[in-house]
Amino acid sequence: MNLVLAKTDTERAVSNVFATARDRLPGAGEVAEARRRAFEAYERAGLPHRRIEEWKYTDLRALMREVAPLAGRPDAAAITRAKAALELVAVDGAAKLVLVDGVFVPELSGIAELGAGISVRTLREILENGANDARSDLLLTSTTDAVISLNTAMVTDGVVISVADGTALSRPIQIVHVATASSASAFTRSHVKLGKAARATFIESFVAAEGASAYQANDAVILWVGDGAELSHLRVVADAADAVNISSGIVTVGAKAKLNLFNMTRGGAVSRYQVFITLAGEGSDLSVNGINLLKDKQHGDTTLVVDHAVPHCTSRENFRAVVDDRGHSVFQGRIIVRPDAQKTDGKMMTRALLLSDEAEADNKPELEIFADDVTCGHGATSGALDESLLFYLRARGLCEKDAQALLIQAFLGEAIEEIADESLREFVMAQAERWLEVRR
Amino acid sequence: MALLEVRDLHVRVEDREILHGLDLTVNAGEVHAIMGPNGSGKSTLSHVIAGKPGYEVTDGQILFKGEDLLAMEPDERAAKGVFLAFQYPVEIPGVATMNFLRTALNAQRKARGEDEYSTPDFLKKVREVAKSLNIPQDMLKRGVNVGFSGGEKKRNEVLQMALFEPSLCILDEMDSGLDIDALRIAADGVNALRSPDRAMVVITHYQRLLNYIVPDFVHVMSRGRVVKSGDKQLALELEASGYAQFEDAA
Ligand SMILES: Nc1ncnc2c1ncn2[C@@H]1O[C@H](COP(=O)(O)OP(=O)(O)OP(=O)(O)O)[C@@H](O)[C@H]1O
Ligand SMILES: [Mg+2]
Repeated sequence: MNLVLAKTDTERAVSNVFATARDRLPGAGEVAEARRRAFEAYERAGLPHRRIEEWKYTDLRALMREVAPLAGRPDAAAITRAKAALELVAVDGAAKLVLVDGVFVPELSGIAELGAGISVRTLREILENGANDARSDLLLTSTTDAVISLNTAMVTDGVVISVADGTALSRPIQIVHVATASSASAFTRSHVKLGKAARATFIESFVAAEGASAYQANDAVILWVGDGAELSHLRVVADAADAVNISSGIVTVGAKAKLNLFNMTRGGAVSRYQVFITLAGEGSDLSVNGINLLKDKQHGDTTLVVDHAVPHCTSRENFRAVVDDRGHSVFQGRIIVRPDAQKTDGKMMTRALLLSDEAEADNKPELEIFADDVTCGHGATSGALDESLLFYLRARGLCEKDAQALLIQAFLGEAIEEIADESLREFVMAQAERWLEVRR
Repeated sequence: MALLEVRDLHVRVEDREILHGLDLTVNAGEVHAIMGPNGSGKSTLSHVIAGKPGYEVTDGQILFKGEDLLAMEPDERAAKGVFLAFQYPVEIPGVATMNFLRTALNAQRKARGEDEYSTPDFLKKVREVAKSLNIPQDMLKRGVNVGFSGGEKKRNEVLQMALFEPSLCILDEMDSGLDIDALRIAADGVNALRSPDRAMVVITHYQRLLNYIVPDFVHVMSRGRVVKSGDKQLALELEASGYAQFEDAA
């Protein structure tokens, strides 16, 4: 029997999930056709597994026991529960766009707060009613990754944001995904497009309503940072302890632009954030950083591909993982420097802190350099807390957990300090402290 | 009751015995100096008193205010009033000195059932102490000991001692790395802490420090034991004759 073609129970379940969900997925005609093609593409590849290089450390066939059926539309009670959960990831001053179980909920959202120069629509509304070209655009992606194909096939909703040229948003936009249903899945996709010289802060967060468990989120975000634009993008994954979160980012950065991206994972049984960034215009600065906070048997994967397609761009990546108990952190970072991309300056550093003997970290930084006049480097370390530092703190009166917490905060600070915006920095540190609090 | 009572202490590190039956009694109000050749076990003794992991006490005991010190975690010892100024203070990047000082001070106070310091009270206290030790404010803004010179690290140890107000201060070679002026300032800081209910154990190689911090007792350690005790005269004799006479005794 050919192993590659053999389907697992999980995959058969996915086929059923698509068949039963089909009628509830927004969009007819071309959209439905795009979904069908995407699903076929997904079926050819199957769920990613360890023999696929990019998924070597995150074998979804093993980690996702079953694919949950599509979550139903949230009812009034679910929306009330979702509202209570918003507090957990509240960012001061942010205009919230709330998706509950994969459905946009206007009554929890504050589109009106955003002011002029920005257009926000839901993906559902465009897929159902938009002009043909707008609709098909939304489902196009350049990647062939199976989980993105699955997202294309199954996506129910999301937001489509466009910031006009020269507009500087006065408050952050925050998409909050709230899961209320248990053992159900949500597929979401959002588009954020910054016009020339526009400035914005875009936060995306995932959180569970009380009682929501064993749910699965598959999210995709497609970002364009226009020429001369500046975007701060923060992600916070604070899912329920037994949830699965597979998120993809596809990012294109124009010329003389700045993107400051930070990913934080502090929840979920299995999570993967895979982000594909293309530096498509000269003279741009990219800073991609993140922290994974994992305990129990949590598995957290950050996979990053930075494609320097043009000359004179700078990229900096700084990742930290803190892994306790039997947690497993994965970091894969690939910097590609195309033959034309002379004067590229790229540096990547990833460090893991292992708090228990059974904690695990896989770091795989890679450089693929096809140009000759570049400065690129990467480094990876993993290890335990320094005993002599711990003892110094304890000799000054800090108990073991507090001494550890102080050193962990310092370790995380090395990545958190890369966040350009001070209030976001504080927000992330507070989220990290929440995680540390539970350890005590 | 003695403040510190070390009885027949035997300590191993990685299967090698370093302290071979050490006795030392320190009463409140006293200043003791410990001298002795390199490798004789002075820092080992100070580490065992502070509770550093990696040392195995195979025999003997240490009583602090009559309680079994060896049964306590390092942070309990600190809260009860044991303070070690390290010979080699570590650098802790990313932990701001002020945050560290406040966290440590309040942890100790909390463990003793005392009220935590409010931020303004704490700041006032640190500023006073720093000023008296001639420590510039911007040193306190950096990470703990990060980028500090050897002398600055030592001064930071004395600052902590003054801030925490411990009842037993062990100073492990606080004079090494200090220039003459800094030595005098640090010694003044230590002397200011001398009080009837506090004791000091000053580990040093140099008689010069003992001109500033005048000891009541001087002990000579050699090969893991206290081989001779006397008053401040003993330090002067050592300065003249060296340690050779004790090598056999040990
Ligand atoms: N972790 C360790 N592993 C092995 N040997 C050790 C360890 N720590 C200390 N020792 C040994 O124990 C002995 C005593 O060391 P200690 O640091 O206590 O000496 P000291 O009297 O403080 O010396 P100095 O005056 O140089 O500071 C030395 O021979 C040293 O090599
Ligand atoms: Mg020593």
